[in-house]
Amino acid sequence: MAVKRFNPLPGFGLTMGYTILYLCVIVLIPIAGLFLRVFDLSWAEFWRLATNDRALAAYKLTFGASCIAALVNAVFGTVVAWVLVRYSFPGKRFFDALVDFPFALPTAVAGITLSNLFAANGWLGRFLVPLGIEGAFTRLGVVIALTFIGLPFVVRTLQPVLENFETEVEEAAATLGAGRARTFFTIVAPTLLPAILTGFALAFARAIGEYGSVIFIAGNKPYHSEIAPLLIVIRLEEYDYAGAITLAVVLLLFSFALLITINLMERWASRFQN
Amino acid sequence: MSIELKSVSKKFGAVAAVNDVTFSVNEGELLALLGPSGGGKTTVLRMIAGLELPTSGDIFIRGQRVNDLSVRQRNIGFVFQNYALFKNMNVFKNIAFGVKIKKWKPADIQARVEELVQLFGLEGLEKRYAHQLSGGQRQRVAIARALAPKPSVLLLDEPFGAVDAKIRQELREWLVTLHHELNVTTIFVTHDQEEAMEVSNRIVIFSRGNLEQIGTPREVYEQPRNEFVARFVGVMNVLDTEVAGGLARVGELEFPASGHPDGTKVRIGFRPYAVQISSDLTAHRYRAVLRHTYFLGVLLRVELELPSGLILRARMSKEEYAQQGLADGKPVSVNIRQYRILGSDSESLRPEVATMYDTIVGAGEGI
Repeated sequence: MAVKRFNPLPGFGLTMGYTILYLCVIVLIPIAGLFLRVFDLSWAEFWRLATNDRALAAYKLTFGASCIAALVNAVFGTVVAWVLVRYSFPGKRFFDALVDFPFALPTAVAGITLSNLFAANGWLGRFLVPLGIEGAFTRLGVVIALTFIGLPFVVRTLQPVLENFETEVEEAAATLGAGRARTFFTIVAPTLLPAILTGFALAFARAIGEYGSVIFIAGNKPYHSEIAPLLIVIRLEEYDYAGAITLAVVLLLFSFALLITINLMERWASRFQN
Repeated sequence: MSIELKSVSKKFGAVAAVNDVTFSVNEGELLALLGPSGGGKTTVLRMIAGLELPTSGDIFIRGQRVNDLSVRQRNIGFVFQNYALFKNMNVFKNIAFGVKIKKWKPADIQARVEELVQLFGLEGLEKRYAHQLSGGQRQRVAIARALAPKPSVLLLDEPFGAVDAKIRQELREWLVTLHHELNVTTIFVTHDQEEAMEVSNRIVIFSRGNLEQIGTPREVYEQPRNEFVARFVGVMNVLDTEVAGGLARVGELEFPASGHPDGTKVRIGFRPYAVQISSDLTAHRYRAVLRHTYFLGVLLRVELELPSGLILRARMSKEEYAQQGLADGKPVSVNIRQYRILGSDSESLRPEVATMYDTIVGAGEGI
């Protein structure tokens, strides 16, 4: 006999149903469509489209630059979050609000602004270009744009964790004879690592998909400074749908694998938490 | 002398947290810093540790002036109220942290941690993280961690604050036993007078940043230096009155107050145990009605109402209560066997040093 079971939290059926519907319409069905189209291709054809030299260069740039940008953000985002949480200084709230700026700014505007800034006659470029640092229309430009758009992720994931970090723990380390550096590297940093990894993963994922800001600063030279999302757009403009979809699927699989890996690392890093 | 504070003061901005405090702690002593919250006791503890720097005054640990030594160099063990365990390290690594920094040999570290794990009953928990431990276990890890590098003094901030009443009692007894075994100079902060009385060899009482009294539990209970101490350590009946004809009268109670001129405002203070009660109505001088009995365990607290409406608090053993055949509502005779005349400035909690009277008061005291 079936026993009717009551859940103390009402609305499970309704909310679960909505969640599944939502995920299907917004996420799963488009992705499934993508895979269905790619199955129209033969394996050999898929492989040829996925691994031609131009595509390989684009993957390399997209993942490489995204990784570098996310790493830069992991380090400097941690510093920014630390300063914003630990110290009080005039204009703190203003700086705090500034962190969200890359979220709000249209990416194209960010790209144009950054490329003007780093161009040979730009405010920063006029000093940096003579030193051999060319920020605009190079691969470095890609990294700069991706760093800009990824900054809020690490800062915002780390802030609440830092706010909950007890200063007594640092004092305890000091009473046991530990210096500041040792305290930071053996106690503070490992405690923050899961949050830093989460921020890193978010920034990384965001950077892989970024298009708007990068195309204005990258120069977009094929085989050199052309990112994978741009190559997809180019294929579409050439009516080469098979090529575009192939690139999209490869990008998708890579991102998925990366996110899973980072997720596992996160789980390992937070093994000491409940 | 293990620790000495000489005229130590601490100001946070304009607020004086600790005011010209001088006291010393003997080697191997178990000392309680007692006082209401905001009394300055935690600040004193943190200054000894080096976590706060005194605004003025000197602190000595084993004869060495430590004012200019950083917390790292003072060789103290500190146990925080919330334990402050390293969440990313397991029990073993937490305990080993201090000796690792001191660059002990790995074999010595292993031996020291094992010794403490055994002493603290933490066997089998070495690989656990803080979130996998109970409150009591966390505290033991925190104390073991503080003791591992063999500090010259162990400092504990509200060590029993974060655990429930039953475990609290166990931990108190355990701390006393531990102190017996290790004999390390220990100072702990508490706002609970019962805890301080039960656990410590001596108590330092603070209020509003001032040191009010230092003494053994018995001394501060029986010879409180002022009204604050008298009220804070244990229950006390306090009655306000004025001296007339050499007597301080409150309702029908009369207290000889020789030495206090007529018209002086005084406060009469006496402990509940100083109130004698008898069901024999001729036994004592005053009459009263037993209004209410509170069962506290072996001891009972009773409230007595005098005909004038005056309420007195008294304490007696269960056996005596039963022997006398007492019950709520019963008439009894009462006497106050010991009392003190406290200073006269009524509002201040720092009255002049009280006079101690041990003289027999009133009739019927010969029992």
